[in-house]
Amino acid sequence: MKRRLHALLLWAGELALFSLRVFRDAPRAPREGAEIARQIFEIGWRSLPLILAAGFAVGAVMSMHTRASLERFGAEALIPAGLALALFKETGPLVTGLLFSGRVGAGIGAELGAMRVSEQIDALESLAVDSFKYLVVTRVAACVLVLPILTTAMNFTGIIGGFVAETVISGMSFALYWERAWSLVDFTDYVPATLKTCVFGFIVGTVASYLGYNTKGGAEGVGQASTRSVVLSSILLIVTNVVLVKAIFFLFPSAQG
Amino acid sequence: MDHPIRFETVTKSFGSLTVLKEVTFEVPRGKVLCVLGRSGTGKSVLIKQIVGLIPPDSGRIYVQNEEITSLPPRKLAAVRKRMGFLFQYSALFDSISVGENVAFPLRRHTTLSREEIRDKVSRKLRRVGLEGIQNKMPSEISGGMRKRVGLARALALDPPILLADEPSSGLDPVTSREIDTLFLDLKHHEETTMVIVTHHIPSARRIGDELAVLHEGRMLARGSAAELEESEHEIVREFMRSEGAI
Repeated sequence: MKRRLHALLLWAGELALFSLRVFRDAPRAPREGAEIARQIFEIGWRSLPLILAAGFAVGAVMSMHTRASLERFGAEALIPAGLALALFKETGPLVTGLLFSGRVGAGIGAELGAMRVSEQIDALESLAVDSFKYLVVTRVAACVLVLPILTTAMNFTGIIGGFVAETVISGMSFALYWERAWSLVDFTDYVPATLKTCVFGFIVGTVASYLGYNTKGGAEGVGQASTRSVVLSSILLIVTNVVLVKAIFFLFPSAQG
Repeated sequence: MDHPIRFETVTKSFGSLTVLKEVTFEVPRGKVLCVLGRSGTGKSVLIKQIVGLIPPDSGRIYVQNEEITSLPPRKLAAVRKRMGFLFQYSALFDSISVGENVAFPLRRHTTLSREEIRDKVSRKLRRVGLEGIQNKMPSEISGGMRKRVGLARALALDPPILLADEPSSGLDPVTSREIDTLFLDLKHHEETTMVIVTHHIPSARRIGDELAVLHEGRMLARGSAAELEESEHEIVREFMRSEGAI
């Protein structure tokens, strides 16, 4: 037990130092702009179909559940606004973060792990390229930049999914649904919750890069890096979300309404 | 005499296992040192130390008169640009094409135009006998071809120092001999200083000005092939008697 605790603390310390190195190296030259752009395409654009499909499905299901609850009180008119608030404030950011962790976290862990065991990372260093900057900082930066955009995409497809579910039952027009969806949403409902996904992106990018970059062993090590990337980044993301929600309530008291 | 590569009492351990014990040697400019030894005797560790990938626990490593173990990253990068490294399994970047692999160091470290880079990539690939495969991905070519692409990439910046880790492993005898010929060409025409780790004694005899045998972390013997054949150490003589790969 004592040994496990020691190993856990050691791991946490190494991860913290790895994260600090990301912050330290990010502003240093070379900026690796082209590689960050490539990673944004690889990580963001290729994740978009999953996020859009999931957003539509989540919105439709949430709309059906919300209707089942609200029609008991004759409050069906609040369905669009309720759905929009739930999506923007919590469901959109959290579901996007977890999907992102599954798709991108596993990918980064496996890719960097494979590069480590096949000596590609050593090859980068031997070619006088800072492998940490080129591989890790660029991926973390792409994750941080892309996740708020993907979250926004999920929020909007969620509203569209909710509209489709609602119009099938009640025949509500899109114009009316759209107007009602936005009736209760304001700045503090959308911006802080969406920006917190930058932190989610940092967690997914850093944890997956840390595990991949430090992979040991062959194919087994790569597989472990991939799986652990998803598990650990998902757990950290969920726990951090609790802290961030509390921080948002503290900084934007109106977000509690 | 100028010695671009120099080791002074270098020791390296991993946990309780000491892989290099006070290793000292130097390689004169334009000469080829072939490092021989059984698997697990620290040959790959030694060659990776020259390029600064594995820091020693003690001792000093000089590359072109710069002590690299204490260099800050930026200065170490400048030294690395003057070295080419051929990895045992090629270590090609598998997400980019063959041509992009060879062009990679040129794009990073030179101000050459796209056309100049394209021409230089063609020349380097032609030199290793692989012109016309620029657009193939590393996964689409054979192991021997990958190794030659790795060599083309290592030579892209025309480095004065070339390091090769098991360049003959996994290659058929004809390709292996072609690569030896290329090494000899580099030695004779460009005065490239080389350290080559190999199991292949015929190759080492062909291209090495000096051969060194690593055994249990120590450099047991160093000298010409003829000198090693007369070594006082039985293990060294045994190496030299084995004509195939060991």
